[in-house]
Amino acid sequence: MSEPLLSVRGLHVDFVTDRGVALVLDGVNLDIGPGEVVGLVGESGCGKTTLARAILGILPPGAARIRGGEVRYRGQDLLRADPIAVNDRVRGRGITFIPQDPFTSFSPVFPVQTQIMDLMKWKSPRAGNGDGAPSPFRRYPRERYRADREAVLDTLRAVQIPEPARALRRLPHEFSGGQRQRLMIAMALLPRPDLIIADEPTTALDVTIQAQILRLLRTLVKERGVSVLFTTHDLGTAHEICDRIVVMYAGQEVEAAPTAAFFSHPAHPYTRRLLASVPTPDGEIRDIPGEVPSLVEPPAGCRFHPRCDYASAECRSARPAPRMRAAAHAVSCYHPVDAPPGSDA
Amino acid sequence: MRLLALALHRLAWFVPTLLGLLLVTFVISRVIPADPVALVAGETATPAQVEALRRQLGFDRPLPVQFADYVARLARGDMGTSIFTRRPIAEDLAHRLPATIELTLAAMVVSVLVGIPLGVLSALWRNSLLDHALRVATVSGLAIASFWLGIMLQLLFAMRLGWTPLNGRLQGFPPRSITGFYLLDAVLTGDWPTFGGALLHLALPAATLAFPALATLVRFTRAGVLDVMQSNFVLYERAMGLPRFVIVWKYILRSALTSTVTQVGLLFGILLAGAVVTEAVFDWPGIGTYAVNSILRSDYNAVMGFTVWAGAIFIVVNLLVDVTHTLVDPRERVS
Amino acid sequence: MSSSKGASTAVWFVLRRLTRDRSALLGFALIVALLLAALLAPVLSTHPDDVFELHPSERLRAPSRAHWLGTDRMGADVYSRLLFGARITILIGVIAVGASLIVGVPVGLVAGYYHGWVSDLLMRVSDVFLAVPQVVLAIAIAQTLGPSLPNVILALSATYWPWFARVAYAETRSIQKEVFVESTAALGASPWRLTALHVLPNIASPIIVRASIGMGFTILTAAALGFLGLGPPPPTPEWGRTIAESREFLPDAWWYATAPGLAIFLTVMGFNLLGDGLRDVLDPRLRRTHTARDE
Repeated sequence: MSEPLLSVRGLHVDFVTDRGVALVLDGVNLDIGPGEVVGLVGESGCGKTTLARAILGILPPGAARIRGGEVRYRGQDLLRADPIAVNDRVRGRGITFIPQDPFTSFSPVFPVQTQIMDLMKWKSPRAGNGDGAPSPFRRYPRERYRADREAVLDTLRAVQIPEPARALRRLPHEFSGGQRQRLMIAMALLPRPDLIIADEPTTALDVTIQAQILRLLRTLVKERGVSVLFTTHDLGTAHEICDRIVVMYAGQEVEAAPTAAFFSHPAHPYTRRLLASVPTPDGEIRDIPGEVPSLVEPPAGCRFHPRCDYASAECRSARPAPRMRAAAHAVSCYHPVDAPPGSDA
Repeated sequence: MRLLALALHRLAWFVPTLLGLLLVTFVISRVIPADPVALVAGETATPAQVEALRRQLGFDRPLPVQFADYVARLARGDMGTSIFTRRPIAEDLAHRLPATIELTLAAMVVSVLVGIPLGVLSALWRNSLLDHALRVATVSGLAIASFWLGIMLQLLFAMRLGWTPLNGRLQGFPPRSITGFYLLDAVLTGDWPTFGGALLHLALPAATLAFPALATLVRFTRAGVLDVMQSNFVLYERAMGLPRFVIVWKYILRSALTSTVTQVGLLFGILLAGAVVTEAVFDWPGIGTYAVNSILRSDYNAVMGFTVWAGAIFIVVNLLVDVTHTLVDPRERVS
Repeated sequence: MSSSKGASTAVWFVLRRLTRDRSALLGFALIVALLLAALLAPVLSTHPDDVFELHPSERLRAPSRAHWLGTDRMGADVYSRLLFGARITILIGVIAVGASLIVGVPVGLVAGYYHGWVSDLLMRVSDVFLAVPQVVLAIAIAQTLGPSLPNVILALSATYWPWFARVAYAETRSIQKEVFVESTAALGASPWRLTALHVLPNIASPIIVRASIGMGFTILTAAALGFLGLGPPPPTPEWGRTIAESREFLPDAWWYATAPGLAIFLTVMGFNLLGDGLRDVLDPRLRRTHTARDE
């Protein structure tokens, strides 16, 4: 692909827990191109949220440690750049965020307007780059305020919030979950970012609303040519809106493919099992035998090997490097499967 | 309006609680002692004199009648007469009220202005030297007997160093009385020497009174801020790169403050209670010393009057705290 | 969750966690020191008879090798009287808090379990007691009854029980809402069985925390009462009264006022530190084990 917008290489993240040090991310690699919607799929605990937060730079400072690797955004390594500059120019500008829980992501004591306009004050595309660190004395020029407010109202209309001007004056708890998530989408789009990191944005919503929100998000980002890194544990959701899907297992990425190829020719044994475990009309439930491993003492090599039908000695010794099977289809496995899905037991 | 309904609802409990308090003090003053009239009459009274006094005070009537009379009189503002000063107790209390309020307000201002920022910094710079020092200081602050603290401060600053006067509210003549608060009156009349004198006299008692309040406020603010720092909206604001000072001083503080406001209200009640003992140590001419002197002189009615009054104030303060909390936390308004 | 095996492992877990908390350990050490001082007062003191005997010729002597903390206005050894005073302090604290607990917890349980006018009435009564600052009400009661040790204890218990009632009430109500209680009741368990097996173990932790913190408060209030002259009369070496006695001899006899104050400080510190440590350990831990509650 052309120069990726975001490129993660060999990212190792550890968490300090009661039971020891958990090796949550084990040398993860990920690329996101301009304008593409990438789905990051995996079970709970596979590290997808940790990866998303590591990119954003909001891992809990006491508990989490980035042991190595790089996160390159437009060629610049965010992990080694000046933190103040990154906070000012990348976060909330080039890279924005849609959180999982819209219910608690607003401050409950301020009206929505305060929070959106504060965002615009510091992150509006019309704001200059400022000189150095943001200062408490920076003023918000009237002209820009008005232009920003217009942009806010336009975007609120685009996310289908009725009566945007009145809505702005309301408190967050006066909105439903779906509406709050639309507000979050609007806030993620307003700074005109290159990349939106959406961490399970529909998990907390009613099933009936999930599809609506997803489609809205996809329409808006495609219009604007914005990339999205979309984490989810639900394959159906990924299928809805993603251009490309990356599967993670226990802190390792195992397969990455364009959506169609992913569903038609899954190659990694875990991916195949995952697809097979989706409930079908015939009523049979097919589990993946075994359990997700403890990250404090993870299996060596490929972390899926204890549960894998095809595991061999190599799988236990060293983690397989990603190999291309077809255009843009990479698998990290010593024994990728060629057959169509559903053909193994 | 819903706020009004809420206030009325809380107000509805005011009367029964107050009546309950009156019942308790009535029981204490009439039922518990062996013979309250004999106590009032004193040790040298003859039985005949005691009986006469009993009839005069109306203690020979049935108890419920006595209670009804007691409540009726209180409603009229008549708390009885002090055995010692021979003046109506309500008058005595009103006369001494400004001194206590001035002391309590001074202590509260100091605790709030110093306590809240220290609490915020303690939370922000968690586990720093400042944080540890503050935590030690606040734990100690709540373990020190305030009368002992007052005496120690007197020992150091008044006796050994001579920086402040030993006790009392003022030496010499008070400023012309406008509000009854010496500091305010001195400022209003431009009487700067008196202002200085009053301030020096206020220093030690206010510091003594403020100490436990300060400790509590720092602890609660710290806990509140730490709690809010874990919120999802703080995470969101960090992810979106909002400058740290905006997140802390605008969003975090505002959320942490809703619980601090309640604390400040409760603090007022605690300070009022602490004022009793502090006034005793510093000979501060307020309601506290009145209560203590009444105790020592077995001036029954006065002690009861003081208890009723203090209790009523406390109930009112709690009510105001409830209402303020409702106002400050917008979620409560709509629920 | 409520089996006896579950309870004993929980206790073990709590103790293990507590030993890692340095300030809680310090608190515990202070309390042990207090207990030792009280129990071994006759052995540890240098002049055990000074609680009753007077030596006017030796009054107001500064600290020396003979009198480690000096002598008071009667010539008695301050250090020895302090040790015996520890007995008074512990007695007052334990009995007052114990009585408050015995009265307050059942009131709170009943108020929490039932929902009608009984419940409202009980909580309103406790509100009345909470409406007045403890010191004030204790003063009123103690003054009425006269200065003595039992009266101080009575006054303190009468003013502290509502705190236990409140804790018991709040916990009972919140546990009632838990699904497992509803289902057990639906299966026909009697209220006593429910209370004993489910409610009591769960309210144990906040009550323990409240008791420890309550000891600190109670000791301070008791000292204040003693200072005001409402405590046990002389020659009982109560710490608060000693401070009051010392005032007229300041600033010269500074040891006379400083020592009992420090004793009070260390004692209350001990209970507060332990209480804080217990709260840190008990509150988040035991809560998390019994429901999937949002944190």
